[in-house]
Amino acid sequence: MLDVVWLIPAFPLLGFLVILLFGRKLGDPVAGYFAAAMVALSFVVTAGVFLDLQSLSPEARAEQVHTLFSWVAVGGLHIDLAFLADPLSITMCLFVTGIGALIHLYAVGYMHGDSRFSKFFLYLNLFAFSMLMLVLGSNMLVTFLGWEGVGTCSYFLISFWHEKDSAATAGKKAFVTNRVGDWGFMMAMFFAFWAVGSLDYLHINEAAGSLSASTATAIALFAFVGACGKSAQLPLYLWLPDAMEGPTPVSALIHAATMVTAGVYLMCRISPVLNVASSYAPTIIAIVGAATALYAATVAVSQNDIKKVLAYSTVSQLGYMFLAVGSGAYTAAIFHMVTHAFFKALLFLGSGSVIHGMHHEQDMRRMGALRKFMPLTFGTFIVGWLAIAGVPPFSGFWSKDDILLAAYDKSPILWVVGLVTALLTAFYMTRQVIMVFYGEARWHDAHEEHGAHGDLHAEGHDPHESPWMMVLPLVVLAVLSFAGGFINLPFSESTEKLTQWLEPVVGLHHSDTAKLPLALVAIAMGLIGIGVAFAVYYFKKLKPVEPKILADAWGYDRAVSNFMGGPGRKAFEGVAWADSHIIDGAVNGTAHLVQGTAGEARKVQTGNVRNYAAAVGVGVVLLLTWFVIVRGIL
Amino acid sequence: MGVLAAETLKGPSIAWFDLSPLLVLLSGAMVLLVVAALTPQWPKRCYSSFSAVIALVTIGLCFPLWHRIDVDGPSTLVGGAVHFDKMTIWVTLTIGLAVFLASLLSDDYLRREGLEGPEVYALFMLAAIGGIVMAASNDLVVLFLGLEILSITLYVLAASHRKRLRSQEAGLKYFVLGGFSSAIFLYGIALVYGGTGSTNFDAMLRALANTVPTKGRDDAILLAGVALLVVGLAFKVAAVPFHFWTPDVYEGSPTPVTAFMASAAKAAAFAAMLRVLLQGLPNFSRDYRPVLWVLAILTVFGGSIMAVVQTNVKRMLAFSSISHAGFMLVGVEAAAHAAGGPGNDGRSSVLLYTLIYTVLVMGTFGIVTAVSRTGDNATDLAAFRGLGRSRPVLAFGMTILLLAQAGVPLTSGFVAKFGVIRAAVEAKSYSVAVVAMVAAVIAAFLYLRIMISMWIAEPEAGDDQREEVRLPVYLTVAISLSVAFTLFVGFFPGWLIDLAP
Repeated sequence: MLDVVWLIPAFPLLGFLVILLFGRKLGDPVAGYFAAAMVALSFVVTAGVFLDLQSLSPEARAEQVHTLFSWVAVGGLHIDLAFLADPLSITMCLFVTGIGALIHLYAVGYMHGDSRFSKFFLYLNLFAFSMLMLVLGSNMLVTFLGWEGVGTCSYFLISFWHEKDSAATAGKKAFVTNRVGDWGFMMAMFFAFWAVGSLDYLHINEAAGSLSASTATAIALFAFVGACGKSAQLPLYLWLPDAMEGPTPVSALIHAATMVTAGVYLMCRISPVLNVASSYAPTIIAIVGAATALYAATVAVSQNDIKKVLAYSTVSQLGYMFLAVGSGAYTAAIFHMVTHAFFKALLFLGSGSVIHGMHHEQDMRRMGALRKFMPLTFGTFIVGWLAIAGVPPFSGFWSKDDILLAAYDKSPILWVVGLVTALLTAFYMTRQVIMVFYGEARWHDAHEEHGAHGDLHAEGHDPHESPWMMVLPLVVLAVLSFAGGFINLPFSESTEKLTQWLEPVVGLHHSDTAKLPLALVAIAMGLIGIGVAFAVYYFKKLKPVEPKILADAWGYDRAVSNFMGGPGRKAFEGVAWADSHIIDGAVNGTAHLVQGTAGEARKVQTGNVRNYAAAVGVGVVLLLTWFVIVRGIL
Repeated sequence: MGVLAAETLKGPSIAWFDLSPLLVLLSGAMVLLVVAALTPQWPKRCYSSFSAVIALVTIGLCFPLWHRIDVDGPSTLVGGAVHFDKMTIWVTLTIGLAVFLASLLSDDYLRREGLEGPEVYALFMLAAIGGIVMAASNDLVVLFLGLEILSITLYVLAASHRKRLRSQEAGLKYFVLGGFSSAIFLYGIALVYGGTGSTNFDAMLRALANTVPTKGRDDAILLAGVALLVVGLAFKVAAVPFHFWTPDVYEGSPTPVTAFMASAAKAAAFAAMLRVLLQGLPNFSRDYRPVLWVLAILTVFGGSIMAVVQTNVKRMLAFSSISHAGFMLVGVEAAAHAAGGPGNDGRSSVLLYTLIYTVLVMGTFGIVTAVSRTGDNATDLAAFRGLGRSRPVLAFGMTILLLAQAGVPLTSGFVAKFGVIRAAVEAKSYSVAVVAMVAAVIAAFLYLRIMISMWIAEPEAGDDQREEVRLPVYLTVAISLSVAFTLFVGFFPGWLIDLAP
């Protein structure tokens, strides 16, 4: 199957084209099933490629480049449209297509009845295509193409319900922040090209050893700026919580499982460059990751929107992954990326099922006691909760433990930050589970309050379980969230399957630290978090502490919005205004000097043309000054 | 003596063939004007077809001429007045394409607006002659002749929508400001002549060969001349701060004419800039390079930022064309590093950019032509609202062209931007390259706004009453060719980059 690796992105592309042309005819639900089938076919191909790769020797696995055609071939510049099928990219592809197919299926149920049903799947398939290009690209340019593609799809899907102002604004925010990241990526690309003379990952990584530390640092840090934008790290994380305005399958697929991990993927992809960079580069990455993890976890503690909790949780978990990257434990980063994809997709889809069952209610204060009404959703959500809280043997425990171990080797301070984050994670997830599924049912009050508005609640529907195509993905993901950690158990070298598998690409991370004591501390932290949350929200022994400043995300978001909406926007408008007023005006003043006496009596003339001419006049004066005085006389 | 000897060696018949693109365009314009004046109104599509065929012949002639240069090497014609080299042919090809596509764009437009007639097409051809002469010139006076032929026809073209006040205004504004800048340019020529004793590039080089640029040198007249030449050229390419005329003139002119200005006139102006700076005044490269550096940065940034706050698509595209000019200036700046030396990728990256941008902008303005509807007034963002529903294929084409303008990979626009930035990086102009990338990031927002309006914006009351967007045959052909070229070059850019001289 290795020869047909191009089929992996081709299927979603085909799906995109078919839905583009016949989407409306296919309609609801055929278009959705079709889109899901395309991604499922990609998964089948990926699985075939995976098996083929396994039959190769470990050295050969890292070099499977398949060129579609030579894209640019001029002189020294040679860029192919080519795919690199190595353990890293295929691991990514497996979960992108696997989880992608499940979420597509889920969306068929979730989006049922939406007036733009087929358009939703159009974007979703385009997204899958772009994401696979990003992952499979054998050089930075193909990755960049996918990088831009996923960004655009994310933008379109966040503002899918653009009738809501908040959705449209959120989309814009995502676009603008992501552009900052894109710039970082472009800079990294040009630095790499300048230093290595090629954009191929294989060439760059091969040449990494001969790069000077400063060049490698520049490439790595610019790539990290790009990664910060895409993977929502401080200070560019702002767009991700707002991105929850999009439909929930989008949140699960793009803003939890796949796209937001692209930054982590990129850093792992160029890990040899990062290894030769000055030592402060990985340290910066580790600190940013740890800070983001802690920061977002504190914010998640006080959120009341069921999806906002998960959004901040995602930011926090991505922080963990960067902490791993900065600590040099690339395998741990990828491992956590995979398990996180399982359990976070599960939690998002579970929350979507709740929102669906609650008739589009997202406020956890109006939920409660749902375990009786939505038993399957409840059961699977519990699995996701235990996984993210780090309870063994659920998947999240194993991957988080690897990261904490690596952080400990890097610096005990980072380890402590990671532990506190783990405690907070367990706490806020338990809080969420209790608020949604336990306690007394609070939605009846909400009905009475909202009855006057005549919305859906007024009809007095009880919450209901979701249809099969929504529940099936939940069950599958629950199994994976439970068992996902078994791909890399730390007991002996033979149980560390993922580490061995990825070793030809990202190398090994050596550690002499005793694993067991650290693991026990981590388990204890998780249990304390769960226990405290039960004490506060279930038994109500303790008063909940939910400071407003946390709910406001420490005021950072508002500060940035105020700046961008106020001075920032003013600055932009100011440039436009200055162009038409100040520059013209200043130009006018100078022009009087240039034109000597001509200025006075002509106040009734058509202002514009004269001003424009005056601008040219000023330009003449400036250029004459430069050439004659600065260059000539001085 | 060398010049004389070359003249006696060359038979006039060969030189005639080397000049044939100009002759074809000239006779096309003359025939069209004279015959159309003597005959009643030609049937539908005949004027535009005639003009398009002339343009195609011009393009066709480029191939044997290119081959000749491949075999015999470059030379000069008409007593050393014009260059006969690959750059000349390349620009001829670019401008020929512009005339071809502009003729197709104008066909239905003129009928729709009730302006059907041969004049516009004849003016396109005459303007093309001016542009080609500018690009080929080996003499400042010849260059000025070309510049005036191009400019004067453009003034008339800008004002050619007789029923639209804004068009008249655009023509007048352009005329006043263009005259002003021409005067400055001419004064620059006079000063340079005073300093070197010649207006011929080769003679200028010989005269300057002995003067070594040093600090405190006594060549103020020459330097002042160079300054004024740079101003005149910067005005023509619409570099900030000499850009003020562009948005007004682009917005007011008939849309196909705007397309022609943004493509052919820009290509000619950049070619002229390269000729003057690199071939006429390479000794001064250390003097004008910082100026180019400043102009490039101001232009990429100014164009991108101002474009974002516009609401009229034509005005947006005007500022976007300023930002594109900034990118081309990045390439010129890179080329200036190697002025007088063996040369680098700067020049070819600029020429490549002009060709790609010509086709790209023709398609974009072609779609604006269709959407602007009768009266040529519906060019604000709202006019594009809902195009994704009513005309999905057209909207899809526009999306591709806009993505290309933004420089997204797998489109020709990326190839162009990548080329100039690569040239800048290779010439070690890192600061310019970095600023250009930032500007590209900002400018993307403007193209996205148009896409949102087409695909996402909700219909509003009164949208149904709008005139339907029509897609006549010639316009469709032009847009399709432009989109196809954009994608083709995006996927297979190698051959084109190899060709660029």
